[in-house]
Amino acid sequence: MKEKNRTSWEKSFERSGLRDADFSTISGRPLRPLYTWEDMAEIDPRTELGYPGEYPYTRGVHPSMFRGKLWTMRQFAGMGTAIQTNQRYKFLLEKGQTGLSVAFDNPTLYGLDSDHALSAGEVGKTGVAVDTLADMERLFDGIPLDRVSTSMTINAPAAWIFAMFLANAEKRGISFAELRGTLQNDILKEYIAQKEWIFPPEPHLRLITDLMSFCADQVPQWNTISISGYHIREAGSTAAQELAFTLADGFAYVEHAIAAGQDVDDFAPRLSFFFNAHLDFFEEIAKLRAARRIWARAMRDKYKAKNPRSWLCRFHVQTAGCSLTAQQPEINIVRTALEAMAGVLGGCQSLHTNSMDEALALPSEKAVEIALRTQQIIAFESGAANVIDPLGGSYYIEQLTNDLEEEAGRYFRKIDELGGVVKAIEQGFFQREITRAAYEYEMALSRRKKFHVGVNEFINPSEKLEIPLLEIDESVEREQLDFMRRIKAGRDNGAVRDGLGTLTAAAAAGRNLMPPLLECARRYTTLGEISEALTTVFGEYREQPFY
Amino acid sequence: MADRRIKVIIAKPGLDGHDRGAKVVARALVEAGMEVVYLGLQQTPESIVRAAVDEDADVVGLSILSGAHMPHFRKVRELMVKSGLGNRLLTGGGIIPTKDQGKLKELGIERVFGPGDDLQEIVDYIRNKAGRARKE
Repeated sequence: MKEKNRTSWEKSFERSGLRDADFSTISGRPLRPLYTWEDMAEIDPRTELGYPGEYPYTRGVHPSMFRGKLWTMRQFAGMGTAIQTNQRYKFLLEKGQTGLSVAFDNPTLYGLDSDHALSAGEVGKTGVAVDTLADMERLFDGIPLDRVSTSMTINAPAAWIFAMFLANAEKRGISFAELRGTLQNDILKEYIAQKEWIFPPEPHLRLITDLMSFCADQVPQWNTISISGYHIREAGSTAAQELAFTLADGFAYVEHAIAAGQDVDDFAPRLSFFFNAHLDFFEEIAKLRAARRIWARAMRDKYKAKNPRSWLCRFHVQTAGCSLTAQQPEINIVRTALEAMAGVLGGCQSLHTNSMDEALALPSEKAVEIALRTQQIIAFESGAANVIDPLGGSYYIEQLTNDLEEEAGRYFRKIDELGGVVKAIEQGFFQREITRAAYEYEMALSRRKKFHVGVNEFINPSEKLEIPLLEIDESVEREQLDFMRRIKAGRDNGAVRDGLGTLTAAAAAGRNLMPPLLECARRYTTLGEISEALTTVFGEYREQPFY
Repeated sequence: MADRRIKVIIAKPGLDGHDRGAKVVARALVEAGMEVVYLGLQQTPESIVRAAVDEDADVVGLSILSGAHMPHFRKVRELMVKSGLGNRLLTGGGIIPTKDQGKLKELGIERVFGPGDDLQEIVDYIRNKAGRARKE
């Protein structure tokens, strides 16, 4: 039954002149002009919202949220050699950053050594080059790994990069139990969006399961995986696709580990997530709230997890690199601030704010300092951290949260019909969905249905670039190659060969690969040597190019 | 030649997995009536130029966001000239600093595109230059 006042408002609204015929989110979701308490009639706050730190966690994973502890301010950083990156980490810690996040270069992400033919021109360009334990030693030199948590964005070779990280901690006398941090280790989204794999999906999934089981025993505070929507969104997906595909990947990891004989409550508390914070402020907040609720419901009801920690969707947020422009780069500071605020209001556990020069280069010191200061302004000046889930109960936010949960549900059913995530990847389902969304958005920009300030509207034609840019010198590659040669010349090559032999035998026999990987790392075996050895057992993977 | 469709090779050389731009541009060129052969990821300059020869392509487009654009463009240009495709259009896009765009011009790569460039502008550029390049 409609209230009299509503009917009256509707009439007045219809008589008003509107500046556009069509209002939708950046993902193309049609919007009503107004959300009211009447829309809330179907939402029962007791079952849909609950309290923070309580099922279904819509309002946050901790009872006290940012009153207890602020989110971790964690800037993703890596460039050139390990020595250069180590300096950047010390710079960031000195400026008040509270966690580290390692960006590796492209060869490292593919498990290739710096001297591989495909690595030419790419060493140290978009992250730090790591070939052996010696690079890990230089990377974290002087950094208290028992006190600062470390996130590593590494996927295909995650298990052996982690082995190097552990071997370094061991050499420094830090016990595995004290280590805190996160491995991205999310191979499914690589096939879906970021495209950095080595083997076919099955052996990669096995490596992930091995790592989860090893960490449950020996590195209990480590987040073994960061199931990532960030790259899916950057590849052009909508908010709902990001939400659905990420959680579908999460369910696939859970099912794989259960099928391998693990108890869900042994590994699920160490699963973590990574989402994008894009420009459409309210839709992003709703997406993050929906993620917590969907995950909690599935983990409790479908996967029968009993430990409430297994129900928690804890996540890192990064502001959207793809929303930033090369044009008038200074205005990216404002975009990033809005996106970061959405991440905070969405209840993130850690946050990376992009630097204004993202569309031009790796961040300069000045740009990254401003990006970090943006988080500090939100935390200490804006008041956003004073009250838990301050937008909870907003008619619009609650409706959007529900709509996104429903839309994700439709995607889950579709993925099930296709035979699950791996089968859907092989059929190019995700890839096509994302490419279609990316194309529709570009066309909307081209037709001026959507706007990007400084790009298709409010253009400054006489613009001159006035910010300093970081350059990675060509000498980095030579330095890295020299260093790697010196390490290889100084190690016991017989021990390296033996270690690789034990590794491939364990791979063929189906034994947990973490112990032999750790042994290889201790012997300064290179990343590429390990990749090649494992490829002899697991084979390679090539994608059919879809567009 | 008037009714021959413009044929474009699009490739991602090296280790860079960012294929959003390459795919969106590929689709826009197809919508504009061109024929597109998208080679996908992890291509080498050799594999790209081999495909360009096999396909008798009018245009080669490289997408590079990894910072490795200079060596890749240089090598592809060199191999195109060697393979008798010196008169075909070589262009591309990605995160390519203005300073390097100048260096690319010296190599005969007149124009590359970046974030925010309009799809229609890319389509028009390729349409205008492709036919002309072939006749020269």
